[in-house]
Amino acid sequence: MILPALFQDWFARQGWQPHPHQLALFAARGDSLLIAPTGGGKTLAGFLPSLVELAGDRAATKGVHTLYVSPLKALTADIARNLARPVADLGLSIRVEDRTGDTGQTQRRRQRVDPPEVLLTTPESLALMLSYPEAPAIFGGLRRVVLDELHALAESKRGDQLMLCLARLRALAPELRVTGLSATVEDPQALASFMAGADPVMVVEADPGPDPDIAMLPTARPAPWAGGGGHYAISEVLAAIREARTTIIFINTRAQAELFFQALWAANEENLPIGLHHGSLAREQRARVEAAMAAGELRAVVATGSLDLGIDWGAVDLVIQIGAPKNVKRLVQRIGRANHRYNAPSRARIVPANRFEQIECVAALEAVRERDLDGDPRGPGPLDVLCQHILLTACAAPFDPDALYAEVRTAGPYRHLSRADFDACLDFAATGGYALRAYDRWQRLVLRNGLWQLRDPRAARLLRMNVGTIVEAEMVRVRLRGRGGAPLGEVEEAFAASLSPGDSFLIGGRVVRMDAMREMVVEVTPDPTRQPKIAVYSGVKLATSTQLSHRVLALIGDPARHGVLPVQTREWLALQAQVSTLPRPGLLLSESFPHAGLWHFALYGFAGRNALQTLGLLLTREMEEQGVGPLGFLSTDYALLVWSLDPVRDPVPLLDGAQLRAGLDDWLGENAVMKRTFRNVATVAGLIQRNLPGRRKTGRQATFSSDILYDTLRKYDPGHLMLRITGDEVGRGLVDFGRIEEMLSRSPRREHRMLERVSPLAAPLLLEVGRVPIRGEGRERLARIEAEALMRDAGLEEIA
Amino acid sequence: MTGHGFQFHGLRLEARASGALWWPGGGWLIVADLHLGKSERMARRGGPLLPPYEGLATLERLGAEIAALNPRVVVSLGDGFDDLAAAEALDPQVADILQRQARGRDWLWIGGNHDPGAPAGLPGQAVASMMLGPVTLRHEAGQGPDISGHFHPVVRLAGERRRAFLLGRDHLLLPAFGAYTGGLLHDDATLTALVPQGIAVACGTSPIILPLAPRRMG
Repeated sequence: MILPALFQDWFARQGWQPHPHQLALFAARGDSLLIAPTGGGKTLAGFLPSLVELAGDRAATKGVHTLYVSPLKALTADIARNLARPVADLGLSIRVEDRTGDTGQTQRRRQRVDPPEVLLTTPESLALMLSYPEAPAIFGGLRRVVLDELHALAESKRGDQLMLCLARLRALAPELRVTGLSATVEDPQALASFMAGADPVMVVEADPGPDPDIAMLPTARPAPWAGGGGHYAISEVLAAIREARTTIIFINTRAQAELFFQALWAANEENLPIGLHHGSLAREQRARVEAAMAAGELRAVVATGSLDLGIDWGAVDLVIQIGAPKNVKRLVQRIGRANHRYNAPSRARIVPANRFEQIECVAALEAVRERDLDGDPRGPGPLDVLCQHILLTACAAPFDPDALYAEVRTAGPYRHLSRADFDACLDFAATGGYALRAYDRWQRLVLRNGLWQLRDPRAARLLRMNVGTIVEAEMVRVRLRGRGGAPLGEVEEAFAASLSPGDSFLIGGRVVRMDAMREMVVEVTPDPTRQPKIAVYSGVKLATSTQLSHRVLALIGDPARHGVLPVQTREWLALQAQVSTLPRPGLLLSESFPHAGLWHFALYGFAGRNALQTLGLLLTREMEEQGVGPLGFLSTDYALLVWSLDPVRDPVPLLDGAQLRAGLDDWLGENAVMKRTFRNVATVAGLIQRNLPGRRKTGRQATFSSDILYDTLRKYDPGHLMLRITGDEVGRGLVDFGRIEEMLSRSPRREHRMLERVSPLAAPLLLEVGRVPIRGEGRERLARIEAEALMRDAGLEEIA
Repeated sequence: MTGHGFQFHGLRLEARASGALWWPGGGWLIVADLHLGKSERMARRGGPLLPPYEGLATLERLGAEIAALNPRVVVSLGDGFDDLAAAEALDPQVADILQRQARGRDWLWIGGNHDPGAPAGLPGQAVASMMLGPVTLRHEAGQGPDISGHFHPVVRLAGERRRAFLLGRDHLLLPAFGAYTGGLLHDDATLTALVPQGIAVACGTSPIILPLAPRRMG
C-alpha cells in the first residue's frame, strides 16, 4: 500500500521520512501491535491509517470512526493537542475530542447524541460509555481502535476490563481493526495474544535505536548504610540538572518523592525551577506541573510512576532514577523517556538510595547492557472484572447469556474461560451467588424471555458510579486550615488515623502540622521548623524480578566480583562477612538479634517482597503456635524481618517446604493480605460500592468494614465466588508461593546466626515502612499495656 | 475476663467484651443496634447483594451471651431491625433462632429511628423507652442519666478500630451489636458533646479500658 499523495506531501513538507514501522502499520490488513521505543513516532503510526481513511470518502462512516484508549487522562489531552496539527495541515474537517472522568456533563451528553470522528478516552470511561443504551449507535460504525501504552495497561485489571470492552466493540462493529502501541517488552507475542480477538495480531517491532548512555551517577559521598531517600546525592543531582536541559527524576514512592523534592529545594541556591508530580497531589497541583513542564518552564520534575507513561515532553534529555529499579524492563522503559528524538541515545543516570541498592543497580546495569529483559507471564482474566462487566452489560440492554459468553471468550485474557466460571459470575451478578438463597424477590438481574436485565433500572446509576478496577486505599484530603484553605493532597486514612493534633508530616513538598480532622479532611498549618513523620502509602508494591534477584544474590555471594561495587559497599559486605556471613547462591542465611527491646529474626531470601510477605505470614503463624509471641513483620525484596517477644533459635523446622505448603491453605484466611485482596475483589465485582450518591461527609463510616463481610462469608459460605477469586488472586500475585518454593529449592544449605546486635545487612530493614501487624496474644498484651499507660497518664488507673 | 464492672447512677453494671451490657441485679441483658435484616433492605433498594448471613452472625453472638448469663430480660436498645419491612421479611431461620432465644424470658424492643414500631410476628413487645432505676433506656441519648445506642461508637487502639462503650457522667453509650454496622469515632464532636470526659470500654476478646479526656489543642 502506498501513502496517498496528500500524506506524502505532508511528510515532505515537515522534512520527514515515514518510518518503516509507520508504513508497516499503515499496510496492515488486520489487527497489529507496534513495539517501539519512545520517540519512534508511535502515536502518528497508530493514527496514520485513521487519518488516511478520514481524508478519503467518508460517506460510509457514522458515529465514532477512531477510538483511542490510553491509561492516563493527561495522555488523551496531550494526544488531542498533537493531532490538531496534522488535522489542520491536511485540511481534514473532523472533530477530535476527549472523554474522560474530567469531561463535563453537557459535553458527555452531546457526545452521546453527536459523537466526534476521533474519540480519545480511558478504559474506565470506555466501560462507562458502553454501559449506556446508545452504545451501539455511537460505536456501530467504528473502524479503528488505537490502544496506547498497552504494556502498562496489560499489567493490571484495567487491561482485562479494556479487553472485555474491546470484545464488545468488536461485536458492535465487526469491521473494526485494532492497533496496539507498546514500549519495549520481553515477550511481544504474549502481548499480541492478550489484545487479539478471533484473528491473530501482526507484531511490528521498530528498530530499537542505539544503546542508551546509562551509568551510575558518581557521587562524592557514599550511599548511606540504610534508608531510601538518596539525599546524599543531592548536590550531584543538582549539578546534573544544571547541565541538562530538562530532567525527570524518578523515585519509587510518593513519600520518598516528597522528601527528595524538599531536600533538592533546600540545596537549590540558584532557584532552578523544579517541580513535583505524584498521584497523591491535588489535581490542580499536578495539572500546574504538567502545564509548566509542557511549556518548558521547568528544568526538572521529581516524579513517581505517575510520570512513567508517555506524555511527550520532547525536551527531556536526562532521566535520573533514584533508588533500585526493581526490574530491568521498567528501567529500560524509564530510560526511554529521555530524549524523544529517535536514533539519539537516551541518557540516564542511576542513584542507588543505599548500599544494598548499589548492588541491585550494578546488577541491573549489567542486564540492560545485555538487553536481558525480565517479566512474568500474565494469568487468565480475573473473574471480579467479569462480574463488573456483566452488570454493566445489563445496564446497556437486556442480554442473552449464551451470546455474552461467546463474546467474552473473544477477549484475549478470557479465551479459556469455562462456562461454569461464566455462569458463577452471572449468578453472582444476578442473585449474589449465596448458598442460602436469600434474594428471590430482590435479585439484581432477572431473566425475562431468555434475556437477563436489571430488576430495578435505577440500579444502573449506582453501578455506573462504581465503574473501574482501580481500588485505592481509603484516602482523606489534606488542606490548609481556615475557611477555604487550599487543598494540598491526600493521605491514607490509616495514616491520618495515626496522627494526633500537633504531629507534623510532609505533603506537597512541605512540612505541615496537623491541627484537626474535620469531616474527613485533615486540616494543617505549614510548619517548616519541624522534623516530619513520613507519610506512609501502601501503593502497589512491585517486587524485584526473579532474574534481577538472582543477579544480585550472585554478586553478593562472590567476593571476587565485588571489585565492580563502590568501595563503601565492598566494606559493608566485608563487615557483614566478618560479623555474620554473606548470603550466596545455594545458601539461605538467617539471623536472630535483639533490638529495641524485641527479638528480631532476619531471613535473606532474595525472593521478592510479595513472596517474602507470604513467608512472613506463614512463619509468624507457626511462631504464634510455638508461643514465640510474634508482633509483626515486614518484607523487602531481599529479606524478611519478624519481631517477637522471644527469639527464634532454630529456623530449620520453620522452613520445611512441605509444611509451609500445608500451612498455606489453612492460613489462607485470617490475615491482612487476604482481607485487603478481598476488599479489592469485592469492590471490583460490585459487592462493595465505593461511591454512593449523596454520601454523607461525617466521621461516621457510611459503610462497615469489608473485613466483616469477609469474616461472615468465610464462616457461613466458604465456597462463595468472592472467596474463590480472592484465593486465586492472592495465590497468583501477592502470595507468590512459587517463589518461596524456588527459594527453598535453590538454597539447600541453611545457616542461622544468633547475634548480639543488628547485623550490617539487617540494618536497612529496621527503617523500612510497610509493617504488617500480627493479631495474636502478643498484640493483646501490647494493647493492654498501651491502655494502662493512657489510664495512668490520665490519673485513672484506679478505675480499671 | 469477659466483662468490665462499673457503677452508673447507683446501678452496678457490666460492659461485656461482646458489646452487650449486663445488669446482674435484675438479670437484664441490653444490646444496641442489632440491625437485623440489613442485607435484605439494601438488596430491596437496588444496592449490592450482601452476604445474607448477618442475622445468623449477630444472633449467634447474642445467643452465646444468653447461654452464658441466662438473662431474665433482654432489651434491644433500638434499631433492632434495619427497618420494619426487614423485620417482617426476616429470614425464617433467623426468626426461629429469635423465638428460641426469647423463650422463658421477657424481650423488649425499644423503638429506634430505623424501626419506630412493633415488629409483627416476632416475640417480645415494643416500647418507646423504659426506666432502669433512675436511668432511662432509650435509643438516642437525651436528658441524662440514660443508656442509649444509635451512634455505634468505636475507638482507635493499637492501630485498629474497636467497638466501644462510652461511659460519662450523664450518658452511657453502647456499641452496635449487629454484625453489619460501621462506627463513629469517640472523638467526633457529636460524641464528645455527650461524653466530654470519662472512660471507653473497648470490645474484643476481653474488654480494655481507656480514658476519654478533652483533646489537647494543637
